[in-house]
Amino acid sequence: MTTIEYTRGDFQSDQEVRWCPGCGDYTILASVQKFMAASGIRKENAVFVSGIGCAARFPYYMATYGMHSIHGRAPAVATGLATARPDLSVWVVGGDGDMMSIGGNHLIHALRRNVNLKILMFNNQIYGLTKGQYSPTSEVGKTTKSSPMGSIDYPFNPMSLALGAEATFVARTLDMDPKHTGEMLEAAYAHKGSAFVEIYQNCNVFNDKAFIALTSKDDRDSNRIYLEHGKPIRFGQDMEKAVVMHNGEATIVDAAAVDETAILIHDQTNMSMAFALSRLSHSPTGPTPLGIFRSVDERGTYDDGVNAQLAKAKSTKGDGNIDDLIRSLGTWTVG
Amino acid sequence: MSTTIEDTEPEALDKVIIRFAGDSGDGMQLAGNRFTDASAAFGNDLATFPSFPAEIRAPAGTLPGVSSFQVQIADFDILTAGDEPDVLVAMNPAALKSNLADLRPMGTIVINTEAFEERNLAKAGYTENPLTDGSLNAYKVIEVPMESLTKEAVKDTGVSGRDVLRSKNMFALGLMAWLYSRPLEPTVDWINAKFGRKPEVAEANIATLKAGYNFGFTTEATKNSAVTVKPAKLPPGEYTTISGNLSLAWGLIAGAKAANLPLFYGSYPITPASDILHELSRHKNFGVRTFQAEDEIAAISASIGAAFGGHLAVTGTSGPGLALKSEALSLAMMTELPLIVINVQRGGPSTGLPTKPEQSDLLFAMYGRHGESPLPIVAASSPSDAYESAIEAVRIALKYMTPVILLSDNSVATGSEPWRLPERDSLPDFRVTFATKPNSPDGEFMPYVRDPLTFARQWAVPGTPGLEHRIGGLEKEEVSGNVSYNSDNHQLMTDTRAWKVANIANDITPVAVDDPDGASTLVLGWGSTLPVIKAAVRRVRNEGHPIAHAHLRHLNPFPANLGEVLKSYDNVLIPELNTGQLIRLIRAEYLVDAVGLNKVSALPFKVTEIEAKLLEMI
Repeated sequence: MTTIEYTRGDFQSDQEVRWCPGCGDYTILASVQKFMAASGIRKENAVFVSGIGCAARFPYYMATYGMHSIHGRAPAVATGLATARPDLSVWVVGGDGDMMSIGGNHLIHALRRNVNLKILMFNNQIYGLTKGQYSPTSEVGKTTKSSPMGSIDYPFNPMSLALGAEATFVARTLDMDPKHTGEMLEAAYAHKGSAFVEIYQNCNVFNDKAFIALTSKDDRDSNRIYLEHGKPIRFGQDMEKAVVMHNGEATIVDAAAVDETAILIHDQTNMSMAFALSRLSHSPTGPTPLGIFRSVDERGTYDDGVNAQLAKAKSTKGDGNIDDLIRSLGTWTVG
Repeated sequence: MSTTIEDTEPEALDKVIIRFAGDSGDGMQLAGNRFTDASAAFGNDLATFPSFPAEIRAPAGTLPGVSSFQVQIADFDILTAGDEPDVLVAMNPAALKSNLADLRPMGTIVINTEAFEERNLAKAGYTENPLTDGSLNAYKVIEVPMESLTKEAVKDTGVSGRDVLRSKNMFALGLMAWLYSRPLEPTVDWINAKFGRKPEVAEANIATLKAGYNFGFTTEATKNSAVTVKPAKLPPGEYTTISGNLSLAWGLIAGAKAANLPLFYGSYPITPASDILHELSRHKNFGVRTFQAEDEIAAISASIGAAFGGHLAVTGTSGPGLALKSEALSLAMMTELPLIVINVQRGGPSTGLPTKPEQSDLLFAMYGRHGESPLPIVAASSPSDAYESAIEAVRIALKYMTPVILLSDNSVATGSEPWRLPERDSLPDFRVTFATKPNSPDGEFMPYVRDPLTFARQWAVPGTPGLEHRIGGLEKEEVSGNVSYNSDNHQLMTDTRAWKVANIANDITPVAVDDPDGASTLVLGWGSTLPVIKAAVRRVRNEGHPIAHAHLRHLNPFPANLGEVLKSYDNVLIPELNTGQLIRLIRAEYLVDAVGLNKVSALPFKVTEIEAKLLEMI
């Protein structure tokens, strides 16, 4: 197979992008198109599947195969496609309402099955397309059109949820950090199985500055905790903060106050550590881990499992013959 | 009579209806199925009607726990499992109580006497023992102490504990085999194959089967009752005994083969459709992928994904599941992807009667979607017809790039009948060609360019270079497939989708009318009422009255000649196991003043019910 040199433009469809000016989705779209051009994935083999919501318009803007399906069902549609066609690179794009509310069931089942899907959840902590209701990731007390006295719904922690659903790859990134987004996309693509990437995405119309603690010049260095496999978890303007395990929980301390050996070395294959790190922040208003929480490859993928059974059945029973099948319960002849 | 049993020629009957009834743990379905297979091997025509509770194990000995299996065997081509059993096997008081009313006058009852003790009688609601209070005097009763005879039969086989009485259904089966001169060999072979790994269990079952047979052979009570039903004169050909869920599954595999596509079946377990999933999951060597989804919505959604990927995609369910699939079905309709949606109807609404037959989802299949969303509907009319109906649904879905609803029901799905098999190598060839080249002057692929004859769009599957395109649930511009909110475009696309489906009327077999005598009354049916309507029509004709019969496989669109057919009769009767659904469609479409015969009592029609209505009308 010949290698094709792509540019970002090769992945841009001819459709006008219609998100609100200033929406974080533009940056993510650019990051994804840039990644696709560099990834080596052939354009005809990439498929973007989405549900409903602002983020779900994504496939229309990619010059690949794509399906804009129905609310919440993208992981299920993509599961069928990836199972039928393991030769394809199948990507799922949706928002927090699409993936964690109406489609929560499909998301967790796709993750536990380890279908070879790359799932990008744009989390803006709000319903945008329906013009501003609280979402399953909105903070308690949030005042919205549907919660004038403040939301009383406790939000999901997307990282904890994905880990609890037995996901083999769980990562978080940020629309305003395209370099890191690109790295996460690359790692997700390289992972064999379901990869869940939460992308914090600013909705400047209905939930502006939800991630200001992670994006503002003044605060971002104090609050972004970049996780890197095999490296001690330190962060801050001058790396003055560190994460240690204390009473079984990940805890932020002054690096100077603890012994160097007490600082947690990130191990993305350690489920307990991943879960502990997911609990460091419940909403991105303070120090928040970004990066790969978990990446393990000991489990086979669902689509490979299905296709291996087909191959085994064919090798033991031979190709099926319909004329024999309909006679398989025994026959008699009337002369 | 003074002759001994050895030289008695069995009396020949033309047909007999037998019902095995017992507790749901008594193995009545198994006994009935074995009797059926032995009769099929003997060459009888037959039809069966299994009936069992929705609960896997309702409390033992109670009326809700009764499970039964009715089979009619005949020396001619019978059509139904029969209205009234000639023989009732009652394994306990509850089975007697809940089935006695159906038995024909002077019918035979085989009773497992040892189950008729105080506790079981009370559970069934008997205050007096029917064996002694004279209430069975109008019947021929064969009393058998089945439990002690079973214990005696298995005492040297090594089975113990609960396994001992487990084989008492084989005693009943053996006794019935003797009464109706069935060969034991097919059952013995089956037992050996089934329990090959547990030789003591196989031995116990065979010993009990033979004990039952010998009981009939030697006891005074039954020795003059031995009768036989001679082989039927069925049309020449190769036959098998088939149930509808199996033949439907095979039809899907055959359809995929005819289309030269891999088969993808997405489903969530639901009664009575689960056997389709079970059967398809056994045939991976045919390239069949089965996906047991997390819910009904995922089942259809994954199937839509597989269809986008170029597979023959099928999802199967029963009524409640179809309700859950409704939104996704509209997506498949909007994206114009081929998809088969099977609905094995059961009694509704809601959870309703999960194991009982009903035809009450026709209007739901027709209209149960948001927006203007017409879809073709195909209905299977018998266990063997489910095979052909499945192939027809596949043909339509692929040729017209549309979802198709395939209706079955509990009677078709779980009933069985002899099936004259299609010849080898007779499978049709409707292989699919995917788009491989751009279809617009500027070298782009336009997903909504249509075939001028079928209005079908092209199927371009991911992985094909140069044909990258996006589809979805938002309204699409004609030709280009770009999202469009244009008002004229929405009118055009809505009309086009409707024309596409309506136009299929020109590509389906015209409805055939069976009318040898020039009748003025037509009985029009659809789905699983086929055998019972045919039987009723035969009776009415035998009584000297002309009557015409037509049966619909295609419910949307109707065959092109249907209006003409309907208008050529003075009276039209439409029997349905619902409160009147086809009749509404017929009246609305053709302004024909048809008469309905409707029933929703958890049972199929009796032949006599349709016969009586027809006699009243002519």
